[in-house]
Amino acid sequence: MSRMASFSGRTFKEILRDPLTLGFGLGFPLVLLLLLSLIQSNIPVSMFELNTLTPGITVFGLSFITLFAGQLVSKDRDTSFLQRLYTTPMKPLDFVLGYMLPFFAIAIAQALLCYVAAWILGLEITINVLWSVLLILVPALFYASLGLLCGSTLTETQVGGLCGALLTNLSAWLSGIWFNISMLGSVFEKIASLLPFIHAVEFERAILAGDFSTALPHMLWVLGYGIAITALAVFAFLRQMKKQ
Amino acid sequence: MPDMTTAIETKNLTKDYKDVRAVDSLNLTIYQGELFSLLGVNGAGKTTTIKMLSCVSSPTCGDAFVNGMSVKSRPTDVKKIIAVSPQQSAIARNLSVKENLKLMCGVHGFDKEKTARKVRGSLGSFGLSQVAARKAAKLSGGWQRRLSLAMALISEPKILFLDEPTLGLDVIARSELWDTIRELKSRMTIVLTTHYMEEAEALSDRIGIMKEGRLVFCGTAVEMKAKSGKDSIESAFIEIVKNASKGTSKEAKA
Repeated sequence: MSRMASFSGRTFKEILRDPLTLGFGLGFPLVLLLLLSLIQSNIPVSMFELNTLTPGITVFGLSFITLFAGQLVSKDRDTSFLQRLYTTPMKPLDFVLGYMLPFFAIAIAQALLCYVAAWILGLEITINVLWSVLLILVPALFYASLGLLCGSTLTETQVGGLCGALLTNLSAWLSGIWFNISMLGSVFEKIASLLPFIHAVEFERAILAGDFSTALPHMLWVLGYGIAITALAVFAFLRQMKKQ
Repeated sequence: MPDMTTAIETKNLTKDYKDVRAVDSLNLTIYQGELFSLLGVNGAGKTTTIKMLSCVSSPTCGDAFVNGMSVKSRPTDVKKIIAVSPQQSAIARNLSVKENLKLMCGVHGFDKEKTARKVRGSLGSFGLSQVAARKAAKLSGGWQRRLSLAMALISEPKILFLDEPTLGLDVIARSELWDTIRELKSRMTIVLTTHYMEEAEALSDRIGIMKEGRLVFCGTAVEMKAKSGKDSIESAFIEIVKNASKGTSKEAKA
């Protein structure tokens, strides 16, 4: 436990001390929230109303977590830092949890900041905001484990390309945060419904609305992806550990 | 001086990567308190050997015993008594010097009191106190390497593996690190890989030369020069490597 705690403490500090991480992870979602709320105040769009937009932004912010987790793991592999730690009594579980747990804390902080900003912009605060913040951990499992998977299999540059460009675009276009996905046609709608992004957004929206029965099927969908990707990430991490 | 009690023994230690044999039936004995240097050109199998001895990589066949414990069957126990300072400065770059040392105490499971004592001791003995609060990424190459070594030693290992510890350092930084390594010699067994012949000569009790995964020479620097008939260690190394053909692996017991 103390080994894992020490390692996760290090992960946490690495994230917080990287200005790019802070800027994109915490700042960028806030900027988006502010800009889209400004549009909403001038040209009313139902999707940009705070109770619809804020849950979407909190989920979109998680795509940066994948990028940061992937880059950190990849960099650690590249610089022999992990090789050093492999010669210590640390167990594989210490590594996996040590990498992932701090990102859950970041996800909570990210969601909390978004809701504080939304409150300042006029969102009504109810107990459901608390649930929305806490249950961000459900999609966070998927995004953090995807980062671990990418970091265990790709170079830092490849992680930047795949997670920084592809994932953020997928998360933006196929999540229904800024526009109704049906506008893209039935094929895209079908693809989006098979991927976890739109379910993560709908899950958070339903939680904020207090509609837990609507949230459940979306949660199962996202959780299913999260568990599957976590299993793959653990396998990939152990594989690269063995390959060392 | 080594006390002739075996610290490391390899028995036909072999590692294959797909169709490449990186280490081929290595038989080697290293004694407690000895500083043993492994030399060889790139791809000779030095780093792979260290990886197997430090339980990072599993042998394809054969075995190695560290303080009598098999790297195959007791890797967890082996890891408790060894430490590795990898080729690159393996440090957490966004953490301060002190935090890096604390991290290593944490991953070794030290309690709060022991951690404070060990960190204080390491900062003092490696002259790191003046940069204790500085981010590791902001240190020069020499300081980073010194920190890397301090991190490896914080668990008081019985056996220390140094993989090219002075690679890329300037002359002064290298000389300072040599002094540190010399101070460590009597306290633990050290296995060092290096490309610098003068480093091996200055620091080692014995030298092993690897070529294409096999051990082609094992002995002191003086024996190395005598065997090759050369005056300088570098010329002796070149002569031995050039003349060594595959299949000349020799039992390395002294």
